[in-house]
Amino acid sequence: MTALLTILNTGNTAWLTMSAVLVMLMTVPGLALFYGGLVRSKNILSIIMQCFSVTAVISILWVAFGYSWVFGTGFQGTAIGSVIGGFDKAFLQGVGVHSILSPSGVPEITFCMFQCMFAVITPGLIIGAFAERLKFSSYLVFTILWSILVYNPMAHFVWGGGWLQQLGALDFAGGTVVHINAGISALVMAVLLGRRSDYKPGRPIAATNVTYVFLGAVLLWLGWFGFNAGSGLTADGLDANAFLVTHLCTCVAAITWMLIDWLCSGKPTTVGACTGAIAGLVAITPAAGSTGVLGAMMIGFITACCCYWMVAYVKPKLGYDDALDAFGVHGVGGILGSILTGVFATVTVTGAAKGALYGDWHQLGVQCVATLFSILYSGVITFILFKLIDKTMGMRVDKRVEEEGLDVYEHGETAYN
Amino acid sequence: MKKIEAIIRKTKFEDVKEALLAADIEWFSYYDVRGQGKMRQARIYRGVMYNTSCIERVLLNIVVRDKNVEKTVAAVQKAAYTGEIGDGRIFVIPVENAVRIRTGEQGDVALYNAEQEK
Repeated sequence: MTALLTILNTGNTAWLTMSAVLVMLMTVPGLALFYGGLVRSKNILSIIMQCFSVTAVISILWVAFGYSWVFGTGFQGTAIGSVIGGFDKAFLQGVGVHSILSPSGVPEITFCMFQCMFAVITPGLIIGAFAERLKFSSYLVFTILWSILVYNPMAHFVWGGGWLQQLGALDFAGGTVVHINAGISALVMAVLLGRRSDYKPGRPIAATNVTYVFLGAVLLWLGWFGFNAGSGLTADGLDANAFLVTHLCTCVAAITWMLIDWLCSGKPTTVGACTGAIAGLVAITPAAGSTGVLGAMMIGFITACCCYWMVAYVKPKLGYDDALDAFGVHGVGGILGSILTGVFATVTVTGAAKGALYGDWHQLGVQCVATLFSILYSGVITFILFKLIDKTMGMRVDKRVEEEGLDVYEHGETAYN
Repeated sequence: MKKIEAIIRKTKFEDVKEALLAADIEWFSYYDVRGQGKMRQARIYRGVMYNTSCIERVLLNIVVRDKNVEKTVAAVQKAAYTGEIGDGRIFVIPVENAVRIRTGEQGDVALYNAEQEK
């Protein structure tokens, strides 16, 4: 590859670096606190350890061959190039201090780091489904295999030049790659793993530490600005728009959830408001680069309503134990956001693509294909992975361990002494 | 009147609470306690292993009239049972007197609402 001298854009680089840090903040401590506050105090360290270890482990995998799998160019132009990018960039070979991407003008290393944080948080989201009952060793094996077999291919399909990107699917920051992926896998895991031994559908287990839930939710919100507004890779109007719509959608979703809570259960709850905000953040993720103010607010409103219905009515009815609503919020939010991207995409933001609201039904069709594929792909592979690991290592902890708490048995510590 | 002290598993608390409510026992207090028992938990601190034998349990204090003792004990035992070692214990302790602070009533009548029953 001859070096075409691309000019380094320091503004874009600075912002992308900051965005990478913000996205890492979402996992540690954002997700750790958000999920940690929702589980019993005997299990909070298991959540923290799972978030912490996913950061460390997946980062190594990403640099080793994940980045190459998703964004490599070795197989470009061939049939296999639709599935794997290539192994030419394994261990960041060829990605040196002077590799600058165009047209953003950011160093490729910065881009790699940014994407690394996405690879880290995606498996972390699934933690919510199997909280309080999964063995730590099985968790590590599952997460590593999931990252390789589900995340890397999906990221390549949608962002690395794979077939979904070629189809024209719009996924600005990861509605399909991150949220539908993690959300559907969460559902599969929750169903296959079974309920927690003291969980009765309809009898919610109250959050132990709502203050942590709030802290986690706010850190996620702030970090999400890096997640969405950084995904354009440039510090320009597109990213500014992503910043705006992310914030708007979240605000509308949080208020909507709060109001529904107020109407349906009598009081506006903190956990509800935080969950509503997260639902909004999830839904705007694929749409941040293509919707304007109206679209953002509509997406927030619709998602809050649907996720609330899912979490408060459908889940107890169906009886599965998605402990921390990973599917209810990330799965459903991701599905909605991904499809609604095809409705509310506006030319004023994208410059080209427009959604069903503006008369173009083709984009909506493409979004539906991408959504459906993500659901099927992540669902099937997660099912296979679960069966494999369960048969060899066992997934679920012992009854006694589950009762006394994972912190002591899996990690030899208690959070409060 | 008797005080029924039940030490049960923390995870069984909701089931026991529901069972008591179903048996019309609505008034009791409970605490999170730690107990010393036969089960040991292994702990590691900075690489050094040590044993602790503190177990987390819930202690319920239920004061009832003599005629309700049997059904209360039965409700707690049935709901708290798992069959494993560590299910807990129930103690029945005699109580000398009960006073309702709001009205000054003493004796059995301080334990229930006389108009609501029959």
